[in-house]
Amino acid sequence: MTSATLQPLAGSAISRFLSDGWVTTWRNLMKIIRVPEILLFSLIQPIMFVLLFTYVFGAAIDIPGDGYESFLMAGIFAQTVVFGSTYSGSAMAQDLKDGIIDRFRTLPMSGAAVLVGRTNGDLVINSLSMLVMMGTGFLVGWRVNSSPLEFVAGVALLLLFAYAFSWVMAFLGLAVRSPEIINNVSFLVLFPLTFISNAFVPSENLPTPLRVFAEWNPVSALVQSARELFGNVPPGTPPGDAWTAQNPIATVIIGIAVMLLIFVPLSIKRFQTLSR
Amino acid sequence: MAFIEARDLVKTYTPKGAPVVRALDGLDLDVAQGTVTALLGPNGAGKTTTVKVLTTLIRPDSGTAVIDGVDVMRDPDRVRRMIGASGQYAAVDENLTGFENLMMVGKLYHLGSKVARQRATELIELFDLVDAANRPVKGFSGGMRRRIDLAGALVINPPVLFLDEPTTGLDPRSRLALWDIIESLVSGGTTVLLTTQYLEEADRLADAISVIDNGRVIAKGTADELKASVGGQRVAVTLVTESDARALTDIMSRFGSGDPVEGGGGRTFVVPVDNGPVALSAIVGAAAEQGIALHDAGMRRPTLDDVFLQLTGHTAEQADEAEGTAA
Repeated sequence: MTSATLQPLAGSAISRFLSDGWVTTWRNLMKIIRVPEILLFSLIQPIMFVLLFTYVFGAAIDIPGDGYESFLMAGIFAQTVVFGSTYSGSAMAQDLKDGIIDRFRTLPMSGAAVLVGRTNGDLVINSLSMLVMMGTGFLVGWRVNSSPLEFVAGVALLLLFAYAFSWVMAFLGLAVRSPEIINNVSFLVLFPLTFISNAFVPSENLPTPLRVFAEWNPVSALVQSARELFGNVPPGTPPGDAWTAQNPIATVIIGIAVMLLIFVPLSIKRFQTLSR
Repeated sequence: MAFIEARDLVKTYTPKGAPVVRALDGLDLDVAQGTVTALLGPNGAGKTTTVKVLTTLIRPDSGTAVIDGVDVMRDPDRVRRMIGASGQYAAVDENLTGFENLMMVGKLYHLGSKVARQRATELIELFDLVDAANRPVKGFSGGMRRRIDLAGALVINPPVLFLDEPTTGLDPRSRLALWDIIESLVSGGTTVLLTTQYLEEADRLADAISVIDNGRVIAKGTADELKASVGGQRVAVTLVTESDARALTDIMSRFGSGDPVEGGGGRTFVVPVDNGPVALSAIVGAAAEQGIALHDAGMRRPTLDDVFLQLTGHTAEQADEAEGTAA
C-alpha cells in the first residue's frame, strides 16, 4: 500500500476546472447509460405528445398553411426541453440527500464544476430528445421551410434556453433539497406555463386574460422563435401586441442571458455555502 | 499544538418556528498525531457537526480549528488536500461501479488518470472488493457500500481521516471487518477522528475519547481513565417482572454507595458499591426475603455506559429514544 500522501498533478486552475467539469459530466452521462429508463421516458413522452396532438387535436384545430403538424412541432420541442431541464433540480436535490455532494465538497475540486456537470447532463438528454422528436415530426409530416442556418439557430436557441433553465432548476434543487417537491412543483408550474401559450393552439383564440398571459409568456416567445426559424409560422396569424410576442428571438436571447447571469453565480454561491 | 486543534466552536441553527439550537456550544478538541480519538455521544450531541466543521463542510459561527498548522476556515482547499472523510450514509454514486467511484474521486483530487486508476485498483484489493469492483454500487450490501465509501476517503492516502459513525447500521461481521481496517490504517500512521454512539466501538478503537453532550465536551481521557473516574465496582440486577422495580431499588439504595439507576430495558438496575461481594450477597439475600424474583445478578466493572450515565444522567440509548431516533 502507498504510504505517502498522493499529491495532485501540476495544473492551472482553468485546466482543473475543465477536468472537474468533464468528470462530473461523465458521471451524469453514466447515469443515463446505467438507468436507461430516464432516457427512455424523456424520449417516449415527446413521441407520444407528437402523435397524440397530431392525430387527436390535429383534426379539430384548423391551422392555415402547412397544417397542424407544422404548427405543433415548435410547441412540442419547447415543452420537452423545458421539462427536460427540471431534471437538474431533482437530481441536485437527490445528490444532496444521498450525501454525494458532501463527498464532493470535502474534495479539493471546483464546486462550480459539479453544477456544470449536472446541467451538461440535461443538455445531452435534451439534444437526444430533440433528435428523436425531429424524426417523429418528420414522419407525421413536419417540414422545415427555412435555410439550414436558420434551422441550426432554431435548434440552438431551444437548447440554450433549456440549458439556462437547467441552472434555475439546479439552484431550486439546492434550495429545496427534496427531489419529490421539485418534481411535483415543477409539474404544477410548468404544465400550465407551457399550455397557456402559443405552443399547441394559436393564442389569439384564447379568452382575453389567458391571451394576454400567453403573449407575455416566455415559453410563447421560445415557441414563436422556433416557429419563425423553422419557417413554420402559419400565414395570417398575428403574433400579438406584447413586445415579447413582437420580438420573440430577442426576448429568448435576453431570457437566456438573464437566467445565466442570475442563476449561475447564485447556484455556485449556494453550493459553496451549503450547510445542514 | 495538537495535530488537530479546535477551540471554542459554536454553531447555532434556527429551525422555523422553533427555538435556536446550539449544535456546538463552545466545543474544544485536541487530537494527537497518529492516534485515534473518538467523539462519543448520543444523536444530536454535536458529533457530526464537529466533523462537518473540520472537514470544511460547514462554517462555525465562531471558534477556530487548525489541522497540522492549516487553518480550516481560512484555507479550506489546503485542508481538503490532506483529509479523507467518510460519513454515516455511504456517499457513493449508486450508478457507478465500485472501481468507477474510486477512479472518479482520484480524478477529482487531480491525481491524473494513471495514478487514479492504479490507486483505485489498490483500494479495491485492500478492501476485498475484487468481485464487486465492476458492478454498479446499487446492488451492493450495506457493508460493501460502506467499504467503498471508506476506500473513497483513502484515495490520496490522507494523513488525517474523519469517520462519522463508520459502523452505524452495519451487521456485526462487517463492523468487525471495518474495525480491522481502521486499526491497520492507524498502525500505518494515520490520524483518525471518529464519531460513534457505540461505547464498545470507542473502547476498542480509540486512544482518547471525548464525551460530547449538547454541543460540548463533558469529559475526556482514555477509556480506562474515564472508567476509573466513575470509580469502583457495581452491582447489576435484572428483575423477572418490572413491577418489582420499586422494591428492588429500595434494597439497592440500602446496600449501595450511591443511587441505583436504570440500566436499560426497565428491568435492569445498576448501583455503585464499596465492597462488591458483600453488597451483591446482601442485595440478593434481601430480594429473596421479600420474594422478588431475579433474572440475573452480578458484579461488574464500570463500562463506558456507566461513564456516560454518570456524566449526563442518561444512557446513550435513552437520549436517542428521547429524540425519537432509533439507536
